[in-house]
This record gives sequence, structure tokens and C-alpha cells, in this order.
Amino acid sequence: MKPAPFTYHRPARIEDAVGLLAELAPQDGRVLAGGQSLVPIMAFRLARPAHLVDINAVTGLDRLEAREGTLRIGALVRHARFHRPVVDGPLGALLAAVVRHIAHYPIRQRGTFCGSLAHADPAAEWGVVTATLDGELVAVSARGERRLAGRDFFRGAMETALLPDELLAEARLPILAEGTRFGFAEFSRRAGDYALAMALAVLRVDGGMIAEPRIGLGSAETAPRRIAPAEAVLRGQAPSEALFRAAGAAAAAAINPMIDPETDAQYRRELVSAMVFRALTQACTASAGA
Amino acid sequence: MSGPVDVTLTVNGRSYALRLEPRRTLLDAIREECGLTGTHMGCEHGVCGACTVIVDGDPVRACLMFAVQAEGTLIRTVEGLAERGVLTAVQRAFIAHHGVQCGFCTPGFLMLATGILEREPDIGEEALIDALSSNLCRCTGYQNIVAAVKAALAEMREARK
Repeated sequence: MKPAPFTYHRPARIEDAVGLLAELAPQDGRVLAGGQSLVPIMAFRLARPAHLVDINAVTGLDRLEAREGTLRIGALVRHARFHRPVVDGPLGALLAAVVRHIAHYPIRQRGTFCGSLAHADPAAEWGVVTATLDGELVAVSARGERRLAGRDFFRGAMETALLPDELLAEARLPILAEGTRFGFAEFSRRAGDYALAMALAVLRVDGGMIAEPRIGLGSAETAPRRIAPAEAVLRGQAPSEALFRAAGAAAAAAINPMIDPETDAQYRRELVSAMVFRALTQACTASAGA
Repeated sequence: MSGPVDVTLTVNGRSYALRLEPRRTLLDAIREECGLTGTHMGCEHGVCGACTVIVDGDPVRACLMFAVQAEGTLIRTVEGLAERGVLTAVQRAFIAHHGVQCGFCTPGFLMLATGILEREPDIGEEALIDALSSNLCRCTGYQNIVAAVKAALAEMREARK
């Protein structure tokens, strides 16, 4: 349970961090941010990086600001920052609702939003948020800056479009318009454990009809994504229990479910259906989402 | 390259000049280098919370930080709670409500509860129980732990009036 030896680097500027990554990524160098996923897998020796580039001392990466219609989340913004709404309106409320599902209180003091995206566990809540809201990712390397759409970022379990020498410097989420409603539901066997399925619903209700529905799933497939067939069921329809069940069924049918010895495909589909139903019910009840 | 490095840790107000490998966790350093064995070692991968300490005001898992990362921070362990033998409200409440059972998880729970109550003195009951679910008690005596922390919270609120 002790990590294998590594060489430790602690740059103070982002230029130095990406310079180190350019040099060390080919020698199995990795970024260390919050460390709440990387350190455990190092303790198990599932990961044995030769170099760690610790970005915790890099100035400016803890920036969190709303600008030009997006919330910009720097690489060192920790989960706990979202315990209270970080922006007015639905987005701040959504992030504050979702963050409560991430691991446990002490883990949330260290773990980071961007680190969660870069780690790309299929059961990561922020991945679902980023995919559902069509967020944008800013990757920085010694070669320059690259912007990636959320839908192109997640490639599979623990796989992203990031290159080994790139630092995920910032995630950008669109500020949601007033009146946008949301609901989030996940199922896990123990409090704070990895969820077996989760769903995020984001929508507006105009003249009694659902508009611009977004349904995103996590822990269902190897990567989080929006489920267009479930959104199609909802678009232009009046909210109802029957409609939410139909959307859940559409989502369950649309996925290529992850399978493990305790969770077969049918169980995963049923969980997905139930989570979509719960998320939509939350989104459309008066108290939620506004 | 990956050999020992110099690290200075500040634990409970005292400075410790250490020389250790970067792969040593803060938990390793606190127990084996500083000799403060009140912080317990459980799972060593962030699940159990027995090693919870407070770093710059945040309750964190000492097994999920490398000791080199804690340079320049203020670290508090269970040994730093009581002052001149006078127990804190949280410690007294654990005794009064039998929150200490076999005692293995107790230091972690004390630091978790202390961190939460200092950070969030207005925390609600549901959020408090959720936060206390961060740590494991294998005696499964959670009811007494929850009762103790609620009593400490009530005492701290009374003192603020």
C-alpha cells in the first residue's frame, strides 16, 4: 500500500509546469492536482509514474470566474468551492446540488473539478455535468493552447482527448439562463461510493411544454454523454409522470451499458431508466431548478 | 532523483525538519517521522478516514497527500486538540455520548468533526450526518458518534450567543 518511488516536481508558473510535462511526459510523468484518485491508484501500484508534476503551487490555476457567458473553472478549483453557489442563477444551484454526491467531505476539500475530468472515471459527476451542458475544455502544453468540446473530450473509461504533455488548465460551462430547471439523481450502494448510474436533466418549461431538454448519463457507459433519443421524447411535450417514464425507457434503450459481475446489462438499463425519471421529476417540481 | 528531499512540516504549532522520500505520505510522516501516532493508519487509500487531519483548516485524508505537499501548511492532529489537558467540546462530547468505542476510528472522527464544525458552524442535521459518513467506524457505533457531534455543535452554538 505504499506508492512506488517517483521524482517530485513543484513548478510555480504554468509555463514551467507545461515545460516539465513536455520533458517528462515521455518518461511517464503525470500531473498531480488534488490527488484524490491518483494517490490511491499509486498506493495500489496500478499507477507507477516516474515523475509527478505537482500543480498545487502554480499561481492562477485556482481562478473561478464568470465571464462572457461562461463559468471558467481553473485546474486547482476544488470540489468544495461548489458547496455554495459560485454564480447566481441555475448553474450555481446545479453545481451545488451535484457536488454533494462527489465522494466525501474531506475528499472534496482536495479533489479538483478539472482533475476529475482528466481522470475520466465513468462514474464522475463533473463529467456528466460537462457532457450534458456541452462544456468546453482548455488544454495547455508547451506547444500552445487547444480548446476541446465536451462531447469530443471523453473517449472511454479513464480515456480523454488530452495528450500526455497537456495540462487541463480550465473547464468552461455555459451560464444557464434564468428559468432553466435541473434535476440530478444517482444510485450507489453505499453513501459516497461510486455510483452505478446517474442522470442529469436540464430543461426549460415554456407555456407548459418542455423546451431545450438535455439528458446526460454517467456510469452507464464507459464515458458520459447526452442521450438524444431521451431528449427527443421530451421536446415540446407537457411534463408528466408517463412522459418521464418514456424518457427513462428511451435512455435505457439507447445505451451500450457497462457490465461487471454485479451489474448486468439489464440492471444497468433499469437503473438508468429510474435515474432519468427521478432527475426529470426533480427538475419539474416547483422547488427544484429555479 | 527520487531519493530523499528536505521537508519542513508544521504540526500542532511545532516545526519538524524532516528528510524523506517524496512517495512518503503525510500520514507516514506524521506517524513515523514526527512520532505522532495518534493519527491512525487504516486503509491507506482514502476510504476509511482513520487518518483524517486538518491542513490549513480543511479536514483531509493524510494518506492522500504526499508529505512534501504539506510544506508551508499548518497541520493539526488529534494531539493538538486539547490545550494543557483541557479537552475540546468535541472531545468531551465523545466521552459523554460514548462516541469512543474500540477507539480506532476516534482520532479521525475527532478531526473530521472538528474541521466540519469550525468550517460550517451553521451546518444542518442532514448535511452533518452526510459529512460524518466520510469516515468508517467498524464497531458500527455511528449513532453515538452522531449524537456526540450534535451535542458538541449545540454547545458551540450556545457559546457563540
